[in-house]
Amino acid sequence: MRHIMSPLDFSVEELDRLLDLAGDIEKNPEKYAHACDGKIIATLFYEPSTRTRLSFESAMMHLGGKVLGFSSADSSSAAKGESVADTIRTVSCFADIAAIRHPKEGAPLVASMASSIPVINAGDGGHQHPTQTLTDLMTIRSLKGRLDNITIGLCGDLKFGRTVHSLIEALVRYPNVKFVLISPEELRVPDYIREDVLKASGHEFEEVIRLEDAIPKLDLLYMTRVQKERFFNEEDYVRMKDFYILDREKMTLASEDMLVLHPLPRVNEISTEVDSDPRAVYFKQVQYGRYVREALILTLLEVEVC
Amino acid sequence: MLNVGRIEEGFVLDHIKAGKAMTIYHDLKLDKLDCCVAIIKNARSNKMGKKDIIKVECSEDMLDLDILGFIDHNITVNIIRDGNIIAKKELSLPKQVVNVIKCKNPRCITSVEQQLDHVFILTDPEKEVYRCKYCEEKYRGSRKK
Repeated sequence: MRHIMSPLDFSVEELDRLLDLAGDIEKNPEKYAHACDGKIIATLFYEPSTRTRLSFESAMMHLGGKVLGFSSADSSSAAKGESVADTIRTVSCFADIAAIRHPKEGAPLVASMASSIPVINAGDGGHQHPTQTLTDLMTIRSLKGRLDNITIGLCGDLKFGRTVHSLIEALVRYPNVKFVLISPEELRVPDYIREDVLKASGHEFEEVIRLEDAIPKLDLLYMTRVQKERFFNEEDYVRMKDFYILDREKMTLASEDMLVLHPLPRVNEISTEVDSDPRAVYFKQVQYGRYVREALILTLLEVEVC
Repeated sequence: MLNVGRIEEGFVLDHIKAGKAMTIYHDLKLDKLDCCVAIIKNARSNKMGKKDIIKVECSEDMLDLDILGFIDHNITVNIIRDGNIIAKKELSLPKQVVNVIKCKNPRCITSVEQQLDHVFILTDPEKEVYRCKYCEEKYRGSRKK
């Protein structure tokens, strides 16, 4: 039995197979419509989520399976003080696979250690969010046709943004990926990403402050939200939150095939006027998220569809 | 000078930094062992000036000494049999340490689920980096207590 806690749990070859499967699901949805008949996914969400929970539930439904779960800690036995381990032991009796989101880092790992069904980390605090990274990789591969030989700009909160850290860790496994890290001084990537991941892998990278300077050389622009919940000081948040706003004018500096990704939700960092630009693919990204979760469910449940 | 008799079988932990014997006593969980333990504090040492020594009379397999490598690899571990030193154990960094240090990340699951073991894993032996098994927070404290 296998769980997924981090995007690096899969080797590059396994990831290729997973993304191939997701691509096949996209092209031939009817082939997979009953692949999980009689199977149940439990979505155990100890904190609010729109996209991730619904994406998992939609993925299972598209595979013919069923869904149960809760969407806040208040509506579970966690409110009575039940441990994560006890909850998953109970849920293991009701479901075939579980996706768990928890505000505390490492909670899904604790669940996986006590579980008798596969556990998917659906986000644990500022730590890992592997299915978002799988979604990002699928979006890039599907729309660019490759994961190597790209120049990607990552913009916004690079300090606290877990999706950025995971994406960098995943992309350094591919050759000739160049990183342009666009952030205010206060929100630069943590040292361990700069030293242990980027420098250690030997990939080319640069750190810049102005988005306008970076945008012309990019194949991909990955925008992120400045997350209010990560700041201890309201003043700092207010100062940072609108530091970058991608608008139509800035998009004129980009190449014709530069794609804009965003893990969503967005606040002000991408002006809504950009939404109609064909290079804005963040809502397609949501769609790819469902396919990749379908592929992940099939892989972890070891369901083979011929 | 105070004399403590020799032991027949067990361990003599020498060159412990003065004043740290009791910490090591607890880290090795010697309080839970039903065997003879001698703690010598502030013994004279040519090398260190003052040092602590712990003598434990027990069979070789009763103590997990890996943890000493995490605490202080300068401690000398003498293995005693028939009253004689038969070997000196080389201390190395343990692959993981359980319930010796606590994760200080307030967002870690161990901060709310009290029954969980605090487990740190050696992720970079070269740089001697330990990370929490659950949240991967780097241990930032000094290993030498």
